[in-house]
Amino acid sequence: MKKVISLTIVFAFVMMVVFAAVPAAAQDTRVGIVLSTGGLGDLSFNDAAYRGLQRAEKELGISFDYIEPADPSEDQTALRRFASRGYDLVIGVGFQMADSLQTVAAEYPETKFAHVDQAFEDVPDNIVTLNFAEWEGSFLAGALAALTSESGNVGFVGGVDFSLIHRFEGGFYQGARYINPDIEFQTRYADDFGDPARGREIALGMIDDGADVIYHAAGGTGSGVFQAAEEEDIYAIGVDSNQNYVAPGYVIASMLKKVDNAVFDTVKSVVEDDYQGGNNLYFTLADGGVDLTSMTEVGQPVMDALDNGTITEAELEAIKEMKENVTSPHADRIAEIKEMIVNDEIDVENWGETGRPDNL
Amino acid sequence: MNKYSNKIRSILIDLGLSLLSIIVALIVGTLFIYLTDKSPIDAYSALYIGAFGSFRAIANTLWRSTPLILTGLAVALPFRAGLFNIGAEGQLLMGGFTAGVVGFYFTSLPTFIHLPFAIIAGMFVGGLWGGLPGLLKAKMDVHEVIATIMLNHIAIALTINYGINIFRDTGRPATPKIMESASMFNFKNIMDYPLLSNLPFAELFAQPAIRLHINFFLALIAAVILWYLLFKTTLGYEMRAVGFNPDGAEYGGINASKGIITAMFISGAVAGLAGVGEVLGTHLSFINGMDAGYGFTGIAVALIGQTHPIGVILGGLLFGALAQGGLEMQFSGIPSEIVMLIQALVIFFVAALQVFKVYLAKRKAKGGVE
Repeated sequence: MKKVISLTIVFAFVMMVVFAAVPAAAQDTRVGIVLSTGGLGDLSFNDAAYRGLQRAEKELGISFDYIEPADPSEDQTALRRFASRGYDLVIGVGFQMADSLQTVAAEYPETKFAHVDQAFEDVPDNIVTLNFAEWEGSFLAGALAALTSESGNVGFVGGVDFSLIHRFEGGFYQGARYINPDIEFQTRYADDFGDPARGREIALGMIDDGADVIYHAAGGTGSGVFQAAEEEDIYAIGVDSNQNYVAPGYVIASMLKKVDNAVFDTVKSVVEDDYQGGNNLYFTLADGGVDLTSMTEVGQPVMDALDNGTITEAELEAIKEMKENVTSPHADRIAEIKEMIVNDEIDVENWGETGRPDNL
Repeated sequence: MNKYSNKIRSILIDLGLSLLSIIVALIVGTLFIYLTDKSPIDAYSALYIGAFGSFRAIANTLWRSTPLILTGLAVALPFRAGLFNIGAEGQLLMGGFTAGVVGFYFTSLPTFIHLPFAIIAGMFVGGLWGGLPGLLKAKMDVHEVIATIMLNHIAIALTINYGINIFRDTGRPATPKIMESASMFNFKNIMDYPLLSNLPFAELFAQPAIRLHINFFLALIAAVILWYLLFKTTLGYEMRAVGFNPDGAEYGGINASKGIITAMFISGAVAGLAGVGEVLGTHLSFINGMDAGYGFTGIAVALIGQTHPIGVILGGLLFGALAQGGLEMQFSGIPSEIVMLIQALVIFFVAALQVFKVYLAKRKAKGGVE
């Protein structure tokens, strides 16, 4: 018995020495990204960040590694692991990582960090935060919803009731009101970013009460909204990534939050030695950080979906037909509104900061 | 003397068989690792290094085990009294939330009052959340599985969906940060305490990456107390008697209602302590997602530990090691799905072994009769 124990200890010790001695290979710029819980395949936020890095890998020749934490207690460990291995840039995705990222950044002042989706009050020199003017993009979504709605009744489905999602809600509300001041506005929160069944129930309830265009900012819950739109033959608006192919012909547009571009730009700034540490960066309608998908053209992600077999030729036709009949007539008006927001002729309120009115 | 050596022998055989089933699980896991074009040796050495490869890794494995040991205990104790507590998740959330609120709400209490107050408040509320289904079971014969599942949903709604929104002061879905005076002792800060910094090996703990906090030891103490309660006190004897045969126990003069309510209250308090530790020791505020399914994993921990408090400690350590090492596997390029799959395989094989042992015991018993 003693022999076995001592052998085990020796074995363990040898393993420790052997693996601790493997040096990290020296390379060009290395980027580590810690995704938010939900991970890859969310068709939205995490996927977009990943796309940005893939593009950087191709165009800038960087290399990157990613981690999908199983729960929030792994965030710190994952971030620290990248920092301690000498990665040049460490990116944390999602508001729940804000605290962990600041803690780790304080321990590794020489490493550059980027945080997606949460501005900090005092930004240390080795952190840059990437934020998006979701309220501006959502304003366009609201305007389009009001323009296409025949019943004068539109709905918003939010993921969780808190300030980040209020930005989407507020922009949408103001945009719809801008086109039609008497529009009826329904809003509900699913209290969950990953519950399509609940999203569908909420959307069906709204449709029952007369809504014929529904916008969501609810992650995976949103796919239930699309399903309801398809079943009841009404229109839906997607969010974050181009989701127009999810329910072909029923998703009239998507509010784009170009996390991929922001991540790519940040990596580029590190490669080109132009890193903007210590700043909260905002990506807006003016610089294309947020946008609404084209009223007339079918976007690249939709074509990709056709290529990899997600949608059929017939479904692509349905999307094209919908674009022609439903959204094309409003292309000029939307372009005009976008111009006005960019030129500050329309002032869109950010409900994430001003707070959400109680009497909605 | 002979009785003891027999006992030790059977425990050693148990441990050996568990180890064997872990090894079998890892061998089956290699098939799935091959699917990803990675080397199983790299993957498993990453698992090992992540969980035990350094002092820091070991400390963090203990840290990850803490809530799992506690929720495992919260399932194990009522199990002995014939109750299936599915509600550890809700009890953990209620306990953690209470501790989080007490932790930030009282701003000028000294540590020696604030910290115990927060811990006891969290445990008490968790206890109520567990005691309520116990009361329903004892007085109105409401099945505890249904009652605890429903209370889980209510707890999620009350804390994550509603509670956080009342107290939140930033965009982050969390209650405000707790006061320094309510935070649990973290081993990485050991050098700040003159008395402790003189201890041997103290400097080993003083790394920022070490997350181990004092709740691990509270969990061990809880396990010992529960062991003593179950096997060395009249109350524990009564609980086990109720679990064995409630009618028989009643006939024998045992108050079954009292046993059921007490077992569920204590279990809730222990699950509450898991939440308290995560809030006051790990996250320093009650955040959305802090429960991480610990209440449900606790069921597996309890069953693997054969619902014996000491077995639960070992079960919790196994799960903690898998969680801590699993992250390291991701760093070696194994996708998180495969990591989860391997964790599940280990659990599956260890659990299957328990069934196999029950089968063997039955056969042996039959053989005895013949």
